[in-house]
Amino acid sequence: MASLISYLKFEEESKRKKLWKTGYELRDPNSRSETSWRSESEQRIYSTKLVDALRLVRRNPSTADKVSSFREIREAADRVLAVAAKGRTRWSRAILASQLRLRLANNMKHKRAKVTGCSRPKRLEKKRFSPTLQRKAGLLSRLVPGCRKVSFPNLLEEATDYIAALEMQVRAMTALTELVTGPPVDRLGSTSNS
Amino acid sequence: MSSRRSRSRQQTGSSRNITDEQIADLVSKLQQLIPEIRNRPSDTQVSASKVLQETCNYIRSLHREVDDLSDRLSDLLATTDTDSAQAAIIRSLLSQ
Repeated sequence: MASLISYLKFEEESKRKKLWKTGYELRDPNSRSETSWRSESEQRIYSTKLVDALRLVRRNPSTADKVSSFREIREAADRVLAVAAKGRTRWSRAILASQLRLRLANNMKHKRAKVTGCSRPKRLEKKRFSPTLQRKAGLLSRLVPGCRKVSFPNLLEEATDYIAALEMQVRAMTALTELVTGPPVDRLGSTSNS
Repeated sequence: MSSRRSRSRQQTGSSRNITDEQIADLVSKLQQLIPEIRNRPSDTQVSASKVLQETCNYIRSLHREVDDLSDRLSDLLATTDTDSAQAAIIRSLLSQ
């Protein structure tokens, strides 16, 4: 599991760089190296890795039923997306961590009832926010992986990055499905028929 | 507001005060990402509550799209059996 190994490397690296413990720091957005989810190269890298992951999925015909194959594809898509974030964001680390936990639980044949390890969502303790805002912030924190207990500014940052990443995921997967269904449709004009 | 490190469930690191201005800045950044709000003709300030609401809706719709695409992909990959040919096609088209 190459992605497993790379995730563990990122975990090590980020511990050394104290990324785990970072509260909200007023980082100058120019100095912070963010993933550019809009770039074509990023999307191409993602698509290639996703295709590789999907081919591995297909080699396992034991999971023949539709639900589990859907699960596997969704998880592969999320995993590759999270790895593309290079450990810089909380949501990506949370995705990888929860997938790891699931895998370890299954490998040890020890089915836990709740593998996500989430507790009851705590109310964000910002006294100056109105209850409506707090409620909506709570909703948002539930949607972004791994962000249930983060501060409000962190949450907004994570959400910003997460949305951009999701958009790329949608673009890449749409292109992929078009390629898989599309070869007979000569949309590109000069598809080589070999 | 206590300036001590909060040991509680909140952020473990910074003990700095986050100003409203910084939050407003983040909210406006988020605002730009959401098509619902971005495509509105008026440039007036949208309330933070609205931005949060639309953000939630947008993320949910993106999740649904990804689910839908995964579903289609799983159907497509299940029915086709010439995956090596497809992989070749995909590779060649992706390497453009």
